[in-house]
Amino acid sequence: MKWGLVAFLAIATAVLVAIAWLQSGGLKQHEMFSAVTPEEAVQALMSQIQAHNFEQAYASLDRSSDTDLASFTRELAGSDGSLRTYSSLQTAEVSPLHSDADQALVRVRMNWSSALGSLDDVRDLHVRRDGSVWRVVWPKSAPSPVPPQVVSVNYLRWEVIGRNTTQNWGAQDVDSPKVRITSMNAISRPGRVVILGEVENEDTVPAYLNVNATLLKADGSPIEEEGSFDLISHVLLPKQVSPYRIDFPGVRMDAVKSVRMDARALLVPASADPVIAVSDQAISKDGLNRNVLKGELVNESGRPVNIAQVLAAYYDNSGRVIWVSDGYVDQALMPQVPVPFAVDIPDDIAGRLKNYRVIVNHYSRSSS
Amino acid sequence: MQRTTHSDFALRNCLAGWVLLGILSAGAGAAELHVPATVEAGQSFSIPAEGSGQATLYFLGPDHVVKRSVTLGGDLAIQSGDVRAAGRYRAILCDSSSCTSAAFQVEAAKPAHLSFFLRPSRVPVSTPQSIDATAFVFDQYFNLVLTPAVVNFRITPESGAGFSRQGSTQKGVAWMRLDSTPHEGRVQVTAVLGNVEEARVIQQVAAEACGLRMKAVPNGNAVTLETDPVRDCSGNALPDGTVVSFTKVDREGKSTVDTPIKKGVARAQFSLHGPAQIGVACGVVLGNEVALNGKL
Repeated sequence: MKWGLVAFLAIATAVLVAIAWLQSGGLKQHEMFSAVTPEEAVQALMSQIQAHNFEQAYASLDRSSDTDLASFTRELAGSDGSLRTYSSLQTAEVSPLHSDADQALVRVRMNWSSALGSLDDVRDLHVRRDGSVWRVVWPKSAPSPVPPQVVSVNYLRWEVIGRNTTQNWGAQDVDSPKVRITSMNAISRPGRVVILGEVENEDTVPAYLNVNATLLKADGSPIEEEGSFDLISHVLLPKQVSPYRIDFPGVRMDAVKSVRMDARALLVPASADPVIAVSDQAISKDGLNRNVLKGELVNESGRPVNIAQVLAAYYDNSGRVIWVSDGYVDQALMPQVPVPFAVDIPDDIAGRLKNYRVIVNHYSRSSS
Repeated sequence: MQRTTHSDFALRNCLAGWVLLGILSAGAGAAELHVPATVEAGQSFSIPAEGSGQATLYFLGPDHVVKRSVTLGGDLAIQSGDVRAAGRYRAILCDSSSCTSAAFQVEAAKPAHLSFFLRPSRVPVSTPQSIDATAFVFDQYFNLVLTPAVVNFRITPESGAGFSRQGSTQKGVAWMRLDSTPHEGRVQVTAVLGNVEEARVIQQVAAEACGLRMKAVPNGNAVTLETDPVRDCSGNALPDGTVVSFTKVDREGKSTVDTPIKKGVARAQFSLHGPAQIGVACGVVLGNEVALNGKL
């Protein structure tokens, strides 16, 4: 009886210690430090990133990695109010590309869930053998910071003084901006109808814009009404042109007789700052062999842009808009620092497109 | 005197109608009220009341109802404040035995206010029939004056000679349409009727860019682009803040920058990777193209 109690206590203690070890990530750490294949090393690193254990993840990297803990953490956890700071790693698919006795190249497709939807980040990581384990060589991706300087900004800003509501009927007021839908195209996509085109602010003041479309049956009755949501640049400066796309999931094109378009604009305060240049745009294939429009964004102003969204319109030979795609950039745009972007292009569109145009939506925490 | 207005007016008026119907049906054969056929809004007047003794006067107007005890045998004074709203009125006089009623019309007084709408508040230059001016004529109690009157619209551009147009009111409204002039700037339009004036300002703004041109100045591996002063076809400068798009295509791909006009011109800078073709646009207006290195 006495020995039985001792044995029970010993076994219970061992079980509790094992549970505590597992819960504290000991298994993952063990896997990490005993990664016997390149894929296991990358998978273990992704597990640490997913758990926000950046110190442990950094400790598992190969010593030849050209990064430091602060840069590594900033890159993966985000900084400066970027979209990455509102994101978390959901899944990581690992696939080997090449391997020999001491080095390997492993592709990882990270899927981040963010406040604005899921974001894919595909990277090819070098993995090196370190004794009996494999370690990831993490590249230094943070761009070199711009030297300290004063950037003078003298862009315009528009403010609005509205009508005093206590004034009589007929008192002077300022009108809403005049906007015009310059093109509209209805196309059929698998499982949906898509309305797309471009809209211009024809006025001399900024506009906050929404484009809505109503699909109509042959008898004129509405099938469905939708708005462009975030597939448009809502704030348009004078003479600025934005693409728009409105999706109607579950609607078949043969049920649609006509489309009623409605562009509504409000006069809003706005700033002409920042100017964001889109450089080195080119259509290419990404690591997953998808068609993408790649390029770099350069914030030409003096203060950070926290979240940027790229909107791209694609045109066919006749200059008609045949597709509009978008993508959010999960890094903040620091002044003068190029930040890469890539937006998907459907395969059938990539085969037909003749030209394209990119504009950038931006959000800065400390400005309107 | 009890005076009722505002939200409970409709209910009271409805009830008063039923009361009136009952009173009139009960009081067939009562003495007539001699009211004027028309009265000017805000003018006091009197109604002769024959007989003797006490009676009750009900006064039903378009915006209020009045009940008042009166003494017969004299004139019943109607205060100016009881006939401020133009419209159809009915006076009902009830004594102990019968009721009698009469209707009359209160018409708007002399013009005293103009509600003036000038649309739009901004208009591109040289656009035909683009300015709408509409004036509503009201008296001092804000009754729409239906009597035809001539409203004079005085147009004063920022530059150039002013001119005027006239429009007669129809059912209280006078309107006209104008072309915008070729020069940008404020245009004041004043609606005048007698000694009543109401002024509004419209902003004539530059139209679409015209003859958009840029020049490119290569500087090592970069090129600086600057437009000529951006103007419309009438020579007006497009306002600062108007977006101009520069596009460069070279071997690295396409680069674009949307930059606002500052001090009349738009500027941008691109890095160069070999021969490049550069274009400029403002809205839907395309400008010239520049080929650098002469190979494109």
